[in-house]
Amino acid sequence: MLAGIYGLLSASFFVSMDAVDVAFTEAAVGAGVFPLLMLTALTVAGRYEQTAHRRPRAAFFLVLVTGALLILGTLDMPPFGSPDAPAHTHVAARYIQASPTEIGIPNMVTSVLADYRAFDTLGEVVVVFTAVVGVLILLTSGEQRQQSSPANAVETMRSHMILRVVSKMLIPLMLLFALYVQFHGEYGPGGGFQAGVIFAAAIILYAMLFGLAKAQAAIKPSILRLLAAFGVLLYGGVGVVSFLTGVNYLDYSRLAADPVAGRHIGILVIELGVGITVAAAMILIFYAFAGYATGRVEAE
Amino acid sequence: MLPELYNYWVVIILMMIGFYIVIVQGNLIKKLIGLNIFQTSVFIFYISVGKVAGGSAPIVAEGVSVYSNPLPHVLILTAIVVGIATMALALALVVRIKNAYGTVEEEELQERDLRC
Repeated sequence: MLAGIYGLLSASFFVSMDAVDVAFTEAAVGAGVFPLLMLTALTVAGRYEQTAHRRPRAAFFLVLVTGALLILGTLDMPPFGSPDAPAHTHVAARYIQASPTEIGIPNMVTSVLADYRAFDTLGEVVVVFTAVVGVLILLTSGEQRQQSSPANAVETMRSHMILRVVSKMLIPLMLLFALYVQFHGEYGPGGGFQAGVIFAAAIILYAMLFGLAKAQAAIKPSILRLLAAFGVLLYGGVGVVSFLTGVNYLDYSRLAADPVAGRHIGILVIELGVGITVAAAMILIFYAFAGYATGRVEAE
Repeated sequence: MLPELYNYWVVIILMMIGFYIVIVQGNLIKKLIGLNIFQTSVFIFYISVGKVAGGSAPIVAEGVSVYSNPLPHVLILTAIVVGIATMALALALVVRIKNAYGTVEEEELQERDLRC
């Protein structure tokens, strides 16, 4: 719960500093997915700890000294919000001036994310994909438990009538909103990462309220696994296609006759790839944890 | 001069809270929560650096000439999603450790490793 509030708080913090895109992501991740993951992990790992703190005083001293040194370091930093800080004077100025004409879309965050630094983003998507592969290896290897699990550890909320009715109305809207965020990412805040997380949050909510088995029947893990890989492939594939048109990897300018239109298409497609991978990854991670928790509870 | 830096100080305080939790707590899950707080402080730091006074969100609009720096936003946006994915991987590791050792307390884990 506290983690959820913390996530929401930092999201509003980001809005106050003009980072709407980031706030979007943090709201969905920090307030939605992260606490749920924590909860399911806690059901497996046990809620209580033995209070065996080790040398807290030495640690406190170390932390205090490090903090003091860091604060000393900030004294040389440019003041908060100063327009001529070094961070704003190099490449960022070019992004701000040139991206509206070069890429032709209003949201600079999207154009930097999906065009100027598309290679970076490809790396991040691959990291997400790799993390999912790791989670799946760790949690679903060994005996296959999820297949037959009528009883469910994360079904504790099943009896809440109001929650179920309200969420039944909300989940379609959430999915619709995710799609809007996905395809409107060039004009307003949004894009593949946010849309994927929102989409996944909707499905996870469904799984929490109606049971893992039902959610898995609606969206099969095997399909999700394929989709997670497909998203990365789609992203990388766009790069290969741009190779074939005779320009650099992930340079979309020749995907259409008009370079600006070509970039538009490229951004749309790779954002779609990002969205698919992120959504599939988040749902898969949740399935893995929840399925593992279920298996454990049954075994005990 | 000094009040203009308070944002960075908040970041450092948050970061040190996370650091302290990572050092002192023996429970692996609590260590991860500390790591998460540490991570968030870095996010806030980046976004603070990207803020331009009087600037608007980096979405082109008429009548706006000053925008905040979009680059840190991009970096952090992806970092958040990657962060949750790696956090999930860490939690999965903890869950497996719990399964193999029956505990997630660091000291007990080390004891058992020594006994083997």
